[in-house]
Amino acid sequence: MDIQKDLVAASATPLVLAILSEGESYGYAIIKRVAELSGGELLWTDGMIYPLLHRLERNGFVKAVWGKSETGRRRKYYRLTPAGATQLARQRRQWQTVDSVLRGTGPAGGDTPSRSG
Amino acid sequence: MSKDWALEEHIGEWRAYFSGRQAVHTADVEELEDHLRSQVEALSKAGLTQDEAFLVAIKRLGDLDTVSREFANEYSERLWKQLVVAPAAGTSSSSRREAIMAVGLAIAAGIAVKVPELFGLRLDGRDSDESFYARNASLFVLPFLAGFFALKRGLHKAGWFSLAVPFIAAGVIINLLPFEPEGQTEVLAVIHLPIALWLTVGFAYVGAQWRNHQQRMNFVRFSGEWFIYYTLIALGGGVLIAFTFFIFEAIGLKVEPLIGRWVVPCGAAGAFLIGAWLVESKQSVIENMAPVLTALFTPLFTVLLLVFVVTMIWTGNAIDVGREVLIGFDLLLVLVLGLLLYSISARDPQAPPGQFDRLRLLLIVCALLVDILALWAMAERISEFGFSPNKTAALGLNLLLLVNLGWSAVLYTRFLAKRSPFTRLERWQTAYLPAFAVWAWIVVTLFPVIFKYE
Repeated sequence: MDIQKDLVAASATPLVLAILSEGESYGYAIIKRVAELSGGELLWTDGMIYPLLHRLERNGFVKAVWGKSETGRRRKYYRLTPAGATQLARQRRQWQTVDSVLRGTGPAGGDTPSRSG
Repeated sequence: MSKDWALEEHIGEWRAYFSGRQAVHTADVEELEDHLRSQVEALSKAGLTQDEAFLVAIKRLGDLDTVSREFANEYSERLWKQLVVAPAAGTSSSSRREAIMAVGLAIAAGIAVKVPELFGLRLDGRDSDESFYARNASLFVLPFLAGFFALKRGLHKAGWFSLAVPFIAAGVIINLLPFEPEGQTEVLAVIHLPIALWLTVGFAYVGAQWRNHQQRMNFVRFSGEWFIYYTLIALGGGVLIAFTFFIFEAIGLKVEPLIGRWVVPCGAAGAFLIGAWLVESKQSVIENMAPVLTALFTPLFTVLLLVFVVTMIWTGNAIDVGREVLIGFDLLLVLVLGLLLYSISARDPQAPPGQFDRLRLLLIVCALLVDILALWAMAERISEFGFSPNKTAALGLNLLLLVNLGWSAVLYTRFLAKRSPFTRLERWQTAYLPAFAVWAWIVVTLFPVIFKYE
């Protein structure tokens, strides 16, 4: 299954926020987590996550701190702020609405049955 | 070991290449480098050689152009520094076109100043002529400036239309309303019209995207830079004129009429356009100067206001509300706001609160105090003598500034307490800009009617 580019872009913010709600993390680990959770279906261009993280920081949804990696390299960690948690809840509701509309429509008003003929 | 060395060389090259991008800062490169290395380590563990791992990691990181464009979208203030300078090879024809456009419009503005002379209205003529020039001063130049940006940004038809309306309306209103000669309402309209129209120029500047906060902030930056350039051009022009007097005087020729009637008015009008064009094309030259100027004057104005407030409390002297005093205090507060706006626009919104932020908050609080003291004095005066156009205009502006500064103080305190991001404050200021335009239009259009043109 190929997920459309627009959809990938639109879902990036809630996904990053959701992953950060599990705890502090950094760019590379977030990307790995997304791939893991989606079973490899959601593939981002790795570099694109950084402008996104910076935008979230600018809006006050996440907070960035420079720290050290296990090997002692400088690494920037991101943490969800209360405002970010609120934003995540809001976006979750929006996606759930879209999801429930999608579920409620279709030929059988439920799961799409495979039609023959 | 030699493998490691090869990897370091690869990463070094990548870093040098990526750092060259305007919108990318060293810290961003470092962050991405950590990503790159993490990826290479993981892939190496999975069995790839370091060379292979590096290639895969680079590929996954994405096309550098796309990534840096994304950074550029996020950090328009970084690009602002070099937006139109250093045009990439091949765009020089468009920058030449722009130069021709700017010079052409500057000449047009210079001629526009002289057109009324064809109808017998002379700049050094009768009082009524002088008042004509005072009323229309902004209409001689600002339409050309707005046109410059409209052309440059490729404004669509509807945009041109919404741009033309305010100028035409201003021309009609300012010339057809039956002002009492040299009455208060006329003077007020003369002062406020340029402000109202400057914000119309802003509409052209942002290419009709006036809802976009980043764009509005860019216009604030532009206004500050433009002011500096215009001042510099005026200084240079002054020196030029002084020498013209001097050398022609030496051979016994009086050039005063020529200079007074042609060089000064046409030059002042044309410099509007040239200044704007310079800001747009030679940004980086002055880019380091404007933040330095604000950094220099923020403490000085803070000290001035602080000393003033303390002295007032010490001596118990109230502000004596005369016409000049009203204007003086309003100008002072507007200047403080300008200083604040400009230093906000030049500040890196990501930077943590620092000494300078505390200083700016102190400046805001002092300005607020002065504003309240002035309002107090004004209210007393109004309750005693009633509303006059001058006092009402000053009162309105003071209230406008009070709201702006008051909420800025709240937002700044929150930012310093790390309870809200700096963008809040930026947003507040950019969102407030239209309020000034609305107020200026009210003073220009409604005041004459309300106060019966007195």
